[in-house]
Amino acid sequence: MNAEILKKLTKVFKEVFDDASLKISEKTTAKDVEGWDSLMHITLIAEVEDAFRVRFSMKEVTGMKNVGEMIDLIEKKKAK
Amino acid sequence: MKDVTYLKLLRNGSKAAPAYPVHRFALLGDCATQHLCAAIRGYAYEEGENFQMFEADYDQIDAQLMDENSEFYAFDPETVLLFMCTEKLYKRFTACPVLERASFYEAEAKKIRSSFERINRRLKTNILFFLFLKMDDGVFGSYAYTEKTSFPYQLAKLNNCLIDMAGEIGNLRLIDLEPVRARMGDRAFKDEKMYAIAKMPISTSALVPVSNLVVEAVKARKGRIRKCAILDLDNTLWGGVIGDDGMSGIQIGELNQGHAFTEFQTWLKELKNRGIMLAVCSKNDEKNAKEPFISHPEMVLRLNDFSAFVANWEDKAGNIRRIQKELNIGFDSMVFFDDNPFERNLVRTMLPEVEVPELPEDPAMYTSFARAQNLFDTASFSDEDRVRTERYLAEQKRSSMSLEMESYDDYLKALEMKAVVSAFDEFHTPRIAQLTQRSNQFNVRTVRYTDEEIARISEDDRYITRYYKLSDRFGDHGLISVVILEKRADHLFVNEWLMSCRVLKRGMEQFIADSIISVAQKEGFTKVVGEYIPTAKNGMVKNLFSDMGFRDACDGKFVADVETYKKHNTYITEE
Repeated sequence: MNAEILKKLTKVFKEVFDDASLKISEKTTAKDVEGWDSLMHITLIAEVEDAFRVRFSMKEVTGMKNVGEMIDLIEKKKAK
Repeated sequence: MKDVTYLKLLRNGSKAAPAYPVHRFALLGDCATQHLCAAIRGYAYEEGENFQMFEADYDQIDAQLMDENSEFYAFDPETVLLFMCTEKLYKRFTACPVLERASFYEAEAKKIRSSFERINRRLKTNILFFLFLKMDDGVFGSYAYTEKTSFPYQLAKLNNCLIDMAGEIGNLRLIDLEPVRARMGDRAFKDEKMYAIAKMPISTSALVPVSNLVVEAVKARKGRIRKCAILDLDNTLWGGVIGDDGMSGIQIGELNQGHAFTEFQTWLKELKNRGIMLAVCSKNDEKNAKEPFISHPEMVLRLNDFSAFVANWEDKAGNIRRIQKELNIGFDSMVFFDDNPFERNLVRTMLPEVEVPELPEDPAMYTSFARAQNLFDTASFSDEDRVRTERYLAEQKRSSMSLEMESYDDYLKALEMKAVVSAFDEFHTPRIAQLTQRSNQFNVRTVRYTDEEIARISEDDRYITRYYKLSDRFGDHGLISVVILEKRADHLFVNEWLMSCRVLKRGMEQFIADSIISVAQKEGFTKVVGEYIPTAKNGMVKNLFSDMGFRDACDGKFVADVETYKKHNTYITEE
């Protein structure tokens, strides 16, 4: 499940940051991706929500520390 | 509306669209506007527009407007969008003492009005403003509109004040986002957490349709408007195939799915009354195709609602080219409605400038879909729009007469043309301003004027103004040409000369040129100077001044000496 989410998430990241060669892992943080600032974070969250048909809470949006946490949240929400 | 995603708009980024010159667009908001700014820029690019954006910092409307030396004024925008969100309005409302709440909307309206006036004192610009999105705070329930101090009451009143302002402040346009929200649903239109975290009142996916409204409003002010709806017949204007099903078998009105088509025809009729020309482009025998419009009792549209009617078995792209020639309008001002995906793709491929909406499969959806496409934004509406179709029909009679004549001169003589020449007056101000805003082809300098500016110029001693009306035995063309002459130290300068293309080559150009010289003579000028400023569309007047007998003075300037100017022979008499 994790690998599947990571794969789909990678696709979203590539589109949002307009970088076809972008690679992400569970450890990836905003610092590791060029252009991932607070503005793009908003765009990214909206695109991830649309792609996975989930909604993050305010706390989740501001609290995510890395891609791994994002994957965990998606997984948890999808399981419900 | 373009079928694009927010990411696509974002990616358009700072790409320069070559089709049109730079348009300076300023965005000031009391909320976070970065995403909106990027979306407007990106959507403009999709429309071939090259927007240069100025975005004020967060919540800096007053700071930018109050400071005479602000970056905003220095930017000198051609369009300003003021975005004040309901969330902030509510914050001010709750901070307002209860005793003053009954007049909260008046104080807000006054403040917003003074912002508009402040902008207009300093700049020649167009103002866009989003009407406040509705929000029921759930405090008064059904009593809200009974109680003047409730927020829903105050909000509705404030929006009404803005609507009144739009009627008074000529360069103000209000944009209503409510239909966008209704179509998307509130949950998709905005995301509360994004407002809480980032003060973003509109979600990124809603920014595409919102930007469409903004960019179309700008395009309309620039004269980039759509003027004609081209329509297929079978399964577009009625259900069924007239050639097979016959008069009694086609679905319109009470028969089967007929109501859906009645609704669509009704919408088109409203467009026609608003000045949009309707044209038929159908694969049918002409006689079959016309019959329902003549004798079917439930048809909403009738033959004389159409400015052009092409029904044959040839390809539709070719037929649209024919309609384009007949109506003498640009392909980019046409919209083509057809239920058949093959025909739509053909036209899209052959004539990429024509707008081809992806009509839904179910005819029940035609009207609501078409309404939501925002295809027919306009910057003005005048009496001229109401009678446009009638004028084109008279034009068709003229062309058929011209075919019977021995020579073109005989034809012009037989037209019995009469012209009215007059200085601008109050009654014609809207039409004159409208012509300056939308004439693209026969327009030597393409200066756009608002109603207020036209009114001001007509009272200014430094200017001499003329409008020209033309009529002939087939009917009245109405006000078809505008000339603004500017008194300069040693010459009379042609500040504006535009003419409706439908009266080209009737001798009106010559008549007007002569009339300009007569004015100069009367006012004691020895020289008249004209100027041609090229645009993508006004190539037809490149040689206008030389053709009229002005001499080329380089850099787009042309000079006529009043003494030696030779007047022309025309078949137009002045009334």
